[in-house]
Amino acid sequence: MADDNAPLLEVANLRVSFPTRNGVTEAVRGVSFTLGREKLGIVGESGSGKSMTGRSILRLVPPPGRVTADRLAFRGEDLLTASPRRMRAIRGSGIAMVMQDPKYSLNPVMTVGHQIAEAYRVHSRAGAAEAKRRALEMLEAVRIRDPERVYDRYPHEVSGGMGQRIMIAMMLIPDPALLIADEPTSALDVTVQMQVLAILDDLCSQRGMGMVFVSHDLNLVASFCDRILIMYAGRVVESCRASELHAARHPYTRGLLDSLPRLDVPQGDLPVLTRDPAWLTDGAGGGVEG
Amino acid sequence: MSARADSPPLGWRGWLTTDTPRSRAQARLGRAWAGWTGFRRNRLAVAGLLIVVALVVVAALAPLLAPYHPYAQDLGNRLQPPSAAHWLGTDAFGRDILSRLIFGARLTLMIVALVAATAPLAGLVIGTVAGYLGGWVDTVLMRITDIALAFPKLILALAFVAALGPGIENAVIAIAITSWPPYARIARAETLTVRRADFISAARLQGASSLRIILGHIMPLCVASLIVRTTLDMAGVILTAAGLGFLGLGAQPPLPEWGAMIASGRQYVLEQWWVAAMPGLAIFIVSLGFNLLGDGLRDVLDPKGD
Amino acid sequence: MANTAMIDIQDLRVAFGQGSDRVLAVDGVSLSVAEGESFGLVGESGSGKSTVLRAVSGLNDEWTGRIAVAGTDQTARRPKGFFKLCQMVFQDPYGSLHPRHTVDRILAEPIAIHGLRDADTRIDRVLRDVGLGPSFRFRYPHQLSGGQRQRVAIARALVLEPRVLLLDEPTSALDVSVQAEILNLLRRLRAEHGLTMVLVTHNLAVVANLCDRLAVMNRGRLVEEMTVDDLRHGAARQPYTLQLLRASQGYDRAAAESFRDYA
Repeated sequence: MADDNAPLLEVANLRVSFPTRNGVTEAVRGVSFTLGREKLGIVGESGSGKSMTGRSILRLVPPPGRVTADRLAFRGEDLLTASPRRMRAIRGSGIAMVMQDPKYSLNPVMTVGHQIAEAYRVHSRAGAAEAKRRALEMLEAVRIRDPERVYDRYPHEVSGGMGQRIMIAMMLIPDPALLIADEPTSALDVTVQMQVLAILDDLCSQRGMGMVFVSHDLNLVASFCDRILIMYAGRVVESCRASELHAARHPYTRGLLDSLPRLDVPQGDLPVLTRDPAWLTDGAGGGVEG
Repeated sequence: MSARADSPPLGWRGWLTTDTPRSRAQARLGRAWAGWTGFRRNRLAVAGLLIVVALVVVAALAPLLAPYHPYAQDLGNRLQPPSAAHWLGTDAFGRDILSRLIFGARLTLMIVALVAATAPLAGLVIGTVAGYLGGWVDTVLMRITDIALAFPKLILALAFVAALGPGIENAVIAIAITSWPPYARIARAETLTVRRADFISAARLQGASSLRIILGHIMPLCVASLIVRTTLDMAGVILTAAGLGFLGLGAQPPLPEWGAMIASGRQYVLEQWWVAAMPGLAIFIVSLGFNLLGDGLRDVLDPKGD
Repeated sequence: MANTAMIDIQDLRVAFGQGSDRVLAVDGVSLSVAEGESFGLVGESGSGKSTVLRAVSGLNDEWTGRIAVAGTDQTARRPKGFFKLCQMVFQDPYGSLHPRHTVDRILAEPIAIHGLRDADTRIDRVLRDVGLGPSFRFRYPHQLSGGQRQRVAIARALVLEPRVLLLDEPTSALDVSVQAEILNLLRRLRAEHGLTMVLVTHNLAVVANLCDRLAVMNRGRLVEEMTVDDLRHGAARQPYTLQLLRASQGYDRAAAESFRDYA
């Protein structure tokens, strides 16, 4: 089924809409991109549709949301028409997802080690001993100092930073080809955030994994990712190489960058973003090639 | 989010649904309207509301609606099946069952109103005070609640009625006294979820007294779930009142209380089924109405929906 | 601007829990904020920075040490007059406004509590002060955006015309464009009303934008105090502060490797 020559992920004209009392609200309005073995950042403010874009790839948009696309393919395989059974296989072993708060994603009545081992067994049919060995390896890979001890802990007994590392270990143990990370470090302290990002960075470069990194933090995405899509009101208004974000041209991107307070120079009042109604309709409409 | 498909409605509807109300009254009415719009979409809840409204109308207009006097006996016409003259038949004294049911609606409504006005209120006060103040106040009030909860409800009501003497007022008191503890528990649980909220801290930082915080900030958030619970409990209250009436400890003859009517019909239940079945049906419909209404209110009033 | 201390804290200790679960959240913190000054309190989660603020505000009464505001020593229970002097703005604008109260009611309440007159003029004035027109007066919180809610929360704090404003992460729940608006608003209000501000945040850039001086906290202790100018020039002395500075400058693989825990 999988075609090794196809790009990791192809998205064309992705739309997510929610029926509401006052008609249909479109959260994502025609997003297109192609992803190779790289780190792609999706940045935007709340309500820009960045999280919905990430979720719709795994068909995790909550009902009654509707996802349509001209093409939504993982290694050439169409995700929109895949059976629920096939989707379950893809989630985990093909595409994994890490969300913002580990507390809600981990089962509170199961030890973390058991959960990681379980995640491995679901996709590999390995024995219990083998799964435990792999889980311990994985905990070590996310730089948990004493994996044996952490293995037997319950989620409430670990800190936020460690919880997020455990979550990453659980998601990455089936060796997925693509990771979707939705604000994976926003709930963490800055130093812990950097350490978690370093882990993700290493896993990407060592395993050749692709990553979609959804975040509101421009500076972080600019320093961490290879390429960036900037979303506004459900559309991609600009895309650029991460290293060239400071040279962004779209007034929305410029406005966001300017409104960030800076450490290096004294500032008075910060420039305030004035939203142009034209941003809702103009722009690239998402036609971005990798 | 992005563009909406339609433009805002105009006229009085626009006035009610606007996001920029210009007075306190408009803001409040707009909120009520939004609730009604949500409620209206639940068909069963609307049916429940109609049943309850019908009960109120029937009770209010009983002398106009009832074809006979509820106490008028006609021993020549006793235990008649439903007919054109007596739509729901007659009872052992030849009284028109329909008329008795219509007047009985007043008693049912009175029981419901009295219980609804006392038990939830007592529960609200006890629960919010215990939950907000915490410490020994909480311990004392909640142990009292636990003790009250541990008594079997009907038995306690029976004991009260036995002590105070049978009669509908005493039945109401007995029901109210035995039904407040669950309300206190709900109110306390709701209070515990909001007492650490920032908006309560903010009120404390303005110098608000505990009384002001409980009355103005906490109670409004507990009221919604109590209204829902009260509505859902009303079916039980009607049944308990009917049960007391059935046992001869509630309304006394010749009062046309529905439970007492079933009790008096039970000896004819095989031959003249309508004598017991008609009041039974009335209790069933009204209880169902309150339950449906409660379900609908739960969807509308749930504060987590904001 | 006088040089007297508006807030003076000496050897503040705050402990949570009992017996073996007892945790010292704030461990001997001393600091002083001059009248009219804007002071930043920076640290990561669990550093005790918010706990210090809550002790000053009167929300937390389990502390020892000395807290003086406007020259008056404070005890666990505050007199009503204290709240006219010192107000607080919370982090989450979605949790700090009562969901069933209109903006009007939210702003009228402190006026009623303190028995002040001219409620209408005060409410109109404070709404205009925070950049919301009278059209917002009768709205419910759910009819407002996050930034508008935070403006209402600021208006609520200002309606009593306090001299001290305590800010607990006032912008961290907001989008960056809205954060800029709120920071500008706070700067303007500080200048217009001569407010003394204490800003608790984890974001060094926000402190650099709004404050004159800052203190860095870690694990309940004060690591170091410095001016914002020193911060800009990277003139921090403590390794913990330097690490915090480095971490807030974006992702850097090599820097991440060097991070360690400071006890």
